[in-house]
Amino acid sequence: MKYLKRIILVVASLVLALSGLWAGLAANQTHAQAAANQSSVAAIKKRGVIRIAVFGDLKPYGWVNQDGKRVGYDVYLARQIGKDLGVKVKFVQVNANNRVDTLNSNKADLVLANFTVTKERKQIVDFAKPYMKVSVGVVSKKSHPITKLSQLKGKKLIINKGTTAENYFTQHQTGVTQLKFDSKTQQFNALKHGRAQALADDNSYLYAWVKNNPSYTVSIKHLGAQQSISPAVKKGNKSLLNWTNKEITKLNKNGFFEKDFNQELKPYFGKEVKANDIILEK
Amino acid sequence: MAHSGINVLFAGHNFARLMGGLWTSVWIAALSILFGGILGILFGFLRTRSNRLVKLIFRLYLEFFRIVPTVVLLFLVYYILPRQFNVNWPGTWMAVLAFTLWVAAEYSDIVRGALESVPKHQIEAGEALGLNDRQLFWYVSLPQAFQLALPGTINLATRVIKTTSLLMLISVMDVINIGQQIIEANNNEHPTTVFWVYGLIFILYFIVDYPLSWWERRLRKNSKEVK
Repeated sequence: MKYLKRIILVVASLVLALSGLWAGLAANQTHAQAAANQSSVAAIKKRGVIRIAVFGDLKPYGWVNQDGKRVGYDVYLARQIGKDLGVKVKFVQVNANNRVDTLNSNKADLVLANFTVTKERKQIVDFAKPYMKVSVGVVSKKSHPITKLSQLKGKKLIINKGTTAENYFTQHQTGVTQLKFDSKTQQFNALKHGRAQALADDNSYLYAWVKNNPSYTVSIKHLGAQQSISPAVKKGNKSLLNWTNKEITKLNKNGFFEKDFNQELKPYFGKEVKANDIILEK
Repeated sequence: MAHSGINVLFAGHNFARLMGGLWTSVWIAALSILFGGILGILFGFLRTRSNRLVKLIFRLYLEFFRIVPTVVLLFLVYYILPRQFNVNWPGTWMAVLAFTLWVAAEYSDIVRGALESVPKHQIEAGEALGLNDRQLFWYVSLPQAFQLALPGTINLATRVIKTTSLLMLISVMDVINIGQQIIEANNNEHPTTVFWVYGLIFILYFIVDYPLSWWERRLRKNSKEVK
């Protein structure tokens, strides 16, 4: 009987503790929802700081130079946005996987981390107008350039698993033998060792690589549908979304992105890359 | 050119940045060990008491934090707390919170084990001298439990320091995160950078961790001499 009493006591207190926790959670949740949009333009101005999520290791789009300063095409835009809002910019470093969670858990107001717009992502975040375009490109030896897809028929092509290049060639180009690798380092080494005639990946990435490997060239710059890269805000943050759209339109008109390209990307790209390969038409 | 990567370590502010990252790792680990240690001693002591309910609650607490991987804990505090409870601290303090809870759980078990391993005849001898409960704890159990808990404590501390390498996953600028920034910024021009940066980080972790084990050995040696 003594044991039974104790068991009842334990169970009862556990139930109590759990229900208390549940109630607290529910109360807090409504509280969180009631708390106004923490990332609205008004809230950002009141705070005096906009928190922008950027990459720290994607040269030359979002990276840190040897002086410890954040630089890159995305970062340059981020600083301009801060200037135009009249607030300071606080950078939150993200990697590809946590860009969405960073917005959802209110860690950042805006994501400027080479975020490619896709159908799936549109359902979980709101994208503003694009500030950059990207598509699949093909890199090959300058001495034997592959300039047309028909030249690849029956030949080997290196691709990185999980990229848009893999999707494209799996869906459209069945005549090509794919040689797949897990990482960028592996795939570029394979190309250097002559294991295939060409390599396909995001053109924005290839431009920087050929700069340091001058015997190769981005022989096909665009393949398949062009994709765009946009700023992203938390789903439903209309206030900041509208402001960002206007800002991108304005910056596009006054040639800001050309300046951005010339300063942040051009030094790291091969000569054959023009601003128009990256930035959008006015 | 083959080993040009080593120059990257000393270019610009790179070395100072790595040191800054190391400092972040060290202070987060130190605070977590301190807070977690204090809580752990309290929890461990409570677990040696006879109340079953208290024992059960702390047992559940221990099992929870022992089973859940540290990465999951970090994600829980960094992403779920702000979303569900509107608690939005910087990543560094979220890390201290998660590590403190984890250290408290693990340390409570070390303390409990140590307190229970104090030989029974020691307690009985104390009782024979007419010491009361509090005196027994302070003058008999605690000093001997301290010796017994020492290896476990140092082991836990070194584990905490090593586990700070997970902090990069919640956007804390620790030494690994800054190392990766440097690697990616120089990878194209100096492909050997990765070797030098991780090599240096390996040495840095060793420099931080090794004195702890040296200190533990010295403490144990000294205590033997006293006896």
